[in-house]
Amino acid sequence: MSQMQQRPLTYARVTEDVVRMVDKPSKKWWALFLPTVALVGLGVTCFFYQVAEGLGVAGYRHPVFWGVYITDFVFWVGIAHSGTLISAILYLFRARFRMSIYRIAEAMTVFAVLTAGLFPIIHLGRPWNFLWLIPYPNSRELWINFKSPLVWDVFAVGTYLTVSSVFFVVGMIPDIAAIRDKVKETPRKIIYSILSFGWKGSNKEWLHYTRAYLYFAALATPLVLSVHSVVSWDFAMGNVPGWHTTIFPPYFVAGAIFSGLAMVITLTIPIRKIFHLEDYITLDNYDGMAKLIILTSCIVGYAYAAEFFMAWYSGSPYEWGQFVYRATGEYALFYWTMVICNCVVPIVLWWEKVRKNIKALFVISILINIGMWFERFNIIVISLSRDFEPGAWGIYKISFVEAGITIGSFAWFFMFFLLFVKTLPAVSIAEMKEILPVPKKGG
Amino acid sequence: MDQGVVGIYSYQDSVLSAVEKLKEAGYRNMRVFSPFPDHEIEAAVDLPESPVRFFTLFGGLLGATCGIGFTVLTSSSWPIAVSAKPIVSIIPYMVIVFELTVLFGALSTFLGLIVNSLIRQRTPVRLYDERFSDDKFGVAVICEKENIGAVEAILNSTGAEEIKFDEA
Repeated sequence: MSQMQQRPLTYARVTEDVVRMVDKPSKKWWALFLPTVALVGLGVTCFFYQVAEGLGVAGYRHPVFWGVYITDFVFWVGIAHSGTLISAILYLFRARFRMSIYRIAEAMTVFAVLTAGLFPIIHLGRPWNFLWLIPYPNSRELWINFKSPLVWDVFAVGTYLTVSSVFFVVGMIPDIAAIRDKVKETPRKIIYSILSFGWKGSNKEWLHYTRAYLYFAALATPLVLSVHSVVSWDFAMGNVPGWHTTIFPPYFVAGAIFSGLAMVITLTIPIRKIFHLEDYITLDNYDGMAKLIILTSCIVGYAYAAEFFMAWYSGSPYEWGQFVYRATGEYALFYWTMVICNCVVPIVLWWEKVRKNIKALFVISILINIGMWFERFNIIVISLSRDFEPGAWGIYKISFVEAGITIGSFAWFFMFFLLFVKTLPAVSIAEMKEILPVPKKGG
Repeated sequence: MDQGVVGIYSYQDSVLSAVEKLKEAGYRNMRVFSPFPDHEIEAAVDLPESPVRFFTLFGGLLGATCGIGFTVLTSSSWPIAVSAKPIVSIIPYMVIVFELTVLFGALSTFLGLIVNSLIRQRTPVRLYDERFSDDKFGVAVICEKENIGAVEAILNSTGAEEIKFDEA
């Protein structure tokens, strides 16, 4: 393998390396895949237990009726954001460091939205009633309420899932064609032929393809910004101390990109190692992502400070009481975990040595993910547990069913991801070739 | 009866010179295969602008119209005041309008890509070579049977490594 890494990158080698990735799964792959399936089983068991027993087995207690499930929903929607950031926004900015990682980030987006979409349904307790969110008239011909942020959410997340899936599939067409032309076994050849839509790579096809890709990117860019803004309105439109603020949309979008980038780093580091992609996903790629993490970390840190300032400056005792409680009350440990993971830890990324140190990046990215999960938990749960009326205050504790479903959701996400890296081109063949020097006879 | 001929190349500059010479000689019905989108080839062949943009535009407009129609008509069909807001509240409806604009725009862009690039392209399958998705370029010309010899000469003179023929 070390010999292979010393070979310079050529067109033929790029194709060969990606085709090798979709070869028969190794023992290492199975060792990762089987435990994720088992943990998905745990989550599914907890879910059916909750359906049978009712929402009482979740930790919901008065006054907190939005808990871990909604936290998980917002967390996974957030994770989904950096995929489109890398594939669409950085595409429009022509950022070269996106080339080798954008496919992985896009796959992550699709699977994270798939995971996020489950949580509102789990949270319903009676999951079959989720149909009520879909726009159709009820038996008295009354339609859904388009003024409700929850309905906006259905449209935003539904559109995001559809558009990011289409973007993902379109991006893969030329690469699947390259795999189709390399594999020998008939069943695989047939499957890849269908998925490649008969792609030939002629100049006409590329002309339409590059234009379509540009328009996708142009449509997906405002979409990314809209989706987490809409998710933040689920809270900001509610008159609850700690929620009712106009800073929420940019704060949530920055937080989403922050956590999503951290997840891209968490996922690409093991993949780079297992599939020997050191020549593709280079330290410069990580450097670029780490710089974006610094930027978004600063925005998130500023938002934390601005929230506190506005609570004080507003003169509202409820707002101010809520924020003092966050930092000093029963949930203070969660609050300070969030602050340390999201604002203090990323400071070390200002040093280039850290940005190019894979082990350090891996640890930092996991800490950021933990911090961002707690950010959502703090916003949702702490605000609800202390609103206006002291007589109605209460404490929420996570139940084992919620913990099981949350663990199951992580396993569900990784399961799809592992299936993806073994069956589809995880590194974009065409775009890698685009950044290699063009072979010219004249030199 | 037209016939197809394809030259296989390793170097992009040879492809560019082949395209130039073929254009000079008046052969316009050609396809250039490449493993990645190459802007120099695109400029050399000089095709008219892709019609995919109209699909995007009309899809987006259709989405916006559907969004406005859907929200306004459904809420006026059973006027019920919610949250002390007007029956037709334009600002909240804009969220739905925006999302549907993007959704329809993206789906029709996809349709535009499929229609233009994969259905309407009519690239003769047998002129394709599996190496074109790997590391080779190809210049395919479809012309009258009697001109095949002249095209072959151009392809040879510009450094084609291999030439294949087929009924187009």
